[in-house]
Amino acid sequence: MDVIKPAPGFEDILPLEYQELVADGPYGRSLGVKDLGTFKELIEDHPLCAGCNLTLSFRLLLASLPKPEDTLIVTTAGCFGVIHPQIALHASIAPFGTQNAFASGLTRAMRIRFPEKQKDVITIGGDGSFADIGMAPTTHSWFRGEKFASFMLDNECYANTGGQASGMTPEGVVLNMAPKGKSFDKIPFVEIAKLAGCAYVATASPTKPRQVESMVRRAILVAREVGPTFVRLACVCATNYKLTPIEAHRKSKELVSQTDEYMTEAAREYLESLEGAA
Amino acid sequence: MPDIGVEIPARTVVTAEHMLFDAPREQRYLIGNEAVAEAVKRANVDFVVVYPITPQSEVSHLCGDLWARGLIRDYYRGEDELHVMVSAMGAATGGVRVFTATSGPGTMRAMEAISCWPGYRLPLVCAFMGRGVGTPANIQPDSVEIAYLLETGMIIFHVENPQDFFDMTIAAYAIAEQPEVHVPVAVFADGFFVTHSREVVELPPESEVLARYDPAVAPVPAMDMETVPVRMARDCLVIKSNFISYNANASWQQEVWAAQHRARKHINRLMGGSVEVLHPDAEILLVASGSAAAQARVAMQEARRQGLDVGFVKIKVIRPFPEREVVEACKKAKHILIPEFNMNGWLAREVKSRVDNNSRIFAGPRVFAGMTMPPELILDEMHKLVGART
Repeated sequence: MDVIKPAPGFEDILPLEYQELVADGPYGRSLGVKDLGTFKELIEDHPLCAGCNLTLSFRLLLASLPKPEDTLIVTTAGCFGVIHPQIALHASIAPFGTQNAFASGLTRAMRIRFPEKQKDVITIGGDGSFADIGMAPTTHSWFRGEKFASFMLDNECYANTGGQASGMTPEGVVLNMAPKGKSFDKIPFVEIAKLAGCAYVATASPTKPRQVESMVRRAILVAREVGPTFVRLACVCATNYKLTPIEAHRKSKELVSQTDEYMTEAAREYLESLEGAA
Repeated sequence: MPDIGVEIPARTVVTAEHMLFDAPREQRYLIGNEAVAEAVKRANVDFVVVYPITPQSEVSHLCGDLWARGLIRDYYRGEDELHVMVSAMGAATGGVRVFTATSGPGTMRAMEAISCWPGYRLPLVCAFMGRGVGTPANIQPDSVEIAYLLETGMIIFHVENPQDFFDMTIAAYAIAEQPEVHVPVAVFADGFFVTHSREVVELPPESEVLARYDPAVAPVPAMDMETVPVRMARDCLVIKSNFISYNANASWQQEVWAAQHRARKHINRLMGGSVEVLHPDAEILLVASGSAAAQARVAMQEARRQGLDVGFVKIKVIRPFPEREVVEACKKAKHILIPEFNMNGWLAREVKSRVDNNSRIFAGPRVFAGMTMPPELILDEMHKLVGART
């Protein structure tokens, strides 16, 4: 953890925030969602809506990283864009919807520069940034077999721009730009991920934190060795669906009523070798 | 997934100065696309990502061959130009040396990514092989693309011939990667006229390469979790709506253009200046860039043979625009002609906005949509201006 450690003599002039991250952050420790509240998290506070399920998903995702000290986060435009500068990891914003193209270049750069060291590149985007504007770079990164994990925060609309229907909005829902109700059903993006070559595909809801943790970890581990991975985190937007935080939470839970987890044989064998060893 | 992290055959590391000025040169007969690939070979490039488009495709193929031979470390054909340019951005953010290339409609498609490169302070080099864009659709030579690139914050070189394409691409890496510069360089070649013209090109030995890029000298840390992570985006603070964010963003933008300005001394050192001036005291001056400069050069020689007092200014560097040099070169001329390979005359506007008494400037001749510019066309305009036909 030399990267994290301040040079001797400079500890006390660092911002308090940073001192706390050094003393009590998750770097180099095996912490998880069960430890939330006992350590300094990679994000704290946020300027998003009260009761936001997307923010909760983001928090759980960061708490589930298997190796935060070597994790690089590529995000793009979205509500989470305002949390982005507060992540205590190297993170970058790609032009809207291009996160998987950016991560393709970044992953290759990491393999060129650090052939002996595992750097976990992950992408985080909304449903629009993966399934609409980002459909081409996302699926092409999977066709190419780019080894990194992609996480879709699926709030079923464009929330940051004011509540427009997205490709992942269910049919019939009335939102901005769908004044007569959305005319086609939710894009079967989870199925697309499987067809496009992902070695591990799962859907989780932030209402089940331990499940989120397991799926995030599996996605990142499989992406290290086997191939691209994709996790959809169902977190319906309270504000634009005009739900109370409690209702939105309940709805996110309903959306993922059963465990939805797919993996290729190679991914299963790899995970068994890891989980069996543990 | 292709094999990456290939061991590259041992080659001698030399400085850009040595490669450009001191190394022995061998004559080859190459088209522009081949010349730029020869530069990529010697520039110790880590990563090339490209999408094919006429008239750029040959360099995309040749870079693939370099990768297959282990002379660059990773390569792939992307899904389209926007995502190629974003992938290039991701790799450069991760601290490796990147080359890419595109042309015309590809440039237009990729513009969102290209406009991000300078703000991300990425020292990548992109070859633009200029052709018409959709005004209407045209695959013929045209330099209109430069007009779209002018305000991106990129450094822009405009090559005259395949030799320039080689030399300026090598210089581009050395200049872009200066810690005080660290912005991307566009090496612009007019499509077909340069990309597909076969000419004698003098090349330094293939066994010599530039040193590998060292991201430790970057003014913005590479994205690799090898430096301290702080709760702050590594890129400009575009996100928040408060005055501190506006101020950070504003000064960041200013810093991109200041970095361009600081590139001037390196341009002077490695490229012999931003302009080439012949007969600066002449009554008539031809000011041009790119392959229009090649035509103007011939027109000047013919005009002088005919007894006209004609000089020549080739503008090699479009950004940072060599304002002082151009003003100085234009001081004495009575007539200034600016031949261009585009309809809109962006170079004439650039020059007019800087020099005194700009009624001296004739913004032409201009040809476009694939037409050629015979030196006679330029001669005719000169004769009209001085009112004397020979």
